[in-house]
Amino acid sequence: MCTMIVHNAKIDGMGKGIEGWFDLKEANVSYDHPFHVRLEHALNIDFVNEAEGPGARVAVELTPESARELAKTILATLEEADAGGWVEPTDPAKINKTVPWTVKS
Amino acid sequence: MYTTDQYEGMLAETVTLQGANGDTINAYYARPLGAGPYPGVVLIHHLPGWDELYREFTRKFAHHGYLAISPNLYSRDGHGTPEDVAAKVRAGGGVPDSQMVGDVQGSLNFLTSMANCTGKVGVMGTCSGGRHTVICASKIDGFTAAADLWGGRVVMGQETLNEKNPVAPIDMTPDLKVPLLGLFGGDDGAPSPPEVAQHEAALKAAGKEYEFHTYPGAGHGFFYYDRAAYRQEQAVDGWNKLFAFFAKHLGS
Repeated sequence: MCTMIVHNAKIDGMGKGIEGWFDLKEANVSYDHPFHVRLEHALNIDFVNEAEGPGARVAVELTPESARELAKTILATLEEADAGGWVEPTDPAKINKTVPWTVKS
Repeated sequence: MYTTDQYEGMLAETVTLQGANGDTINAYYARPLGAGPYPGVVLIHHLPGWDELYREFTRKFAHHGYLAISPNLYSRDGHGTPEDVAAKVRAGGGVPDSQMVGDVQGSLNFLTSMANCTGKVGVMGTCSGGRHTVICASKIDGFTAAADLWGGRVVMGQETLNEKNPVAPIDMTPDLKVPLLGLFGGDDGAPSPPEVAQHEAALKAAGKEYEFHTYPGAGHGFFYYDRAAYRQEQAVDGWNKLFAFFAKHLGS
């Protein structure tokens, strides 16, 4: 069925889509029908930039077990980075943008 | 009945129509080539989007002698691949029921404006489209029959109602205007067999004409040959029942 379970997060960063890297502004997390993974429902994450249209999207579809493992792994990674003093508050305006390598060899 | 010495032709193309609030939306329209007249069917697409599968379903109805149209309920949400657009709509919690009703009404108007339409038009949908079908069959005057294929959230708890979905479709049962076919999978989680039974009980209590079939060994989406959910026997029988139901009520 369509669960309509979805939560949206504002994010800052970059994602690599089919046309290359682009600014990410939102992460839409749903537990609902996936498009490709062979499950009736999956934990779907769409990393998007809504201002750039529906095509600005990096999508993943995970089993619920994988999604929980991923969430734990993300938090564990950040905990270690925090403990090592590596994490500072981020000023979104100062996120460096990737300059694509255009010189063809 | 078609025989191999008969001419058969079809035109299938994207068109535009006036939907809810007079908005121009696009749609996929497939029709037999011929003077007709032909009955019509509006196909309400599923959550995964206005996609290739729905183009195939629309052409299938045209092949069977219907003027068939599938409106793009996600027209207003931008354009891109059907999947990218559907992901965007999913992120926003789906389309409002009232907007969907307006778009389906516009689709009905499109068909009945055709000189070669008999005036008898059915409405059908799968998944969220099945739920939408139940709503439209209760809210829109002018349809002749309706088919709900595994529509979840026809039965809805009070706590799940929201601005986009303010009324549970089952609560619209007293207003159902046309005979209703329901096709469901016995292994489906939503609608679950108890929810289907609850819907059936409401139809009985309201004295409505309906025909429900639940297929053992099938879950949600068992017509979808491109998904693990596909069940060949149940899908073919389901299509047969769908066409028989529309032939009975719409003629073809």
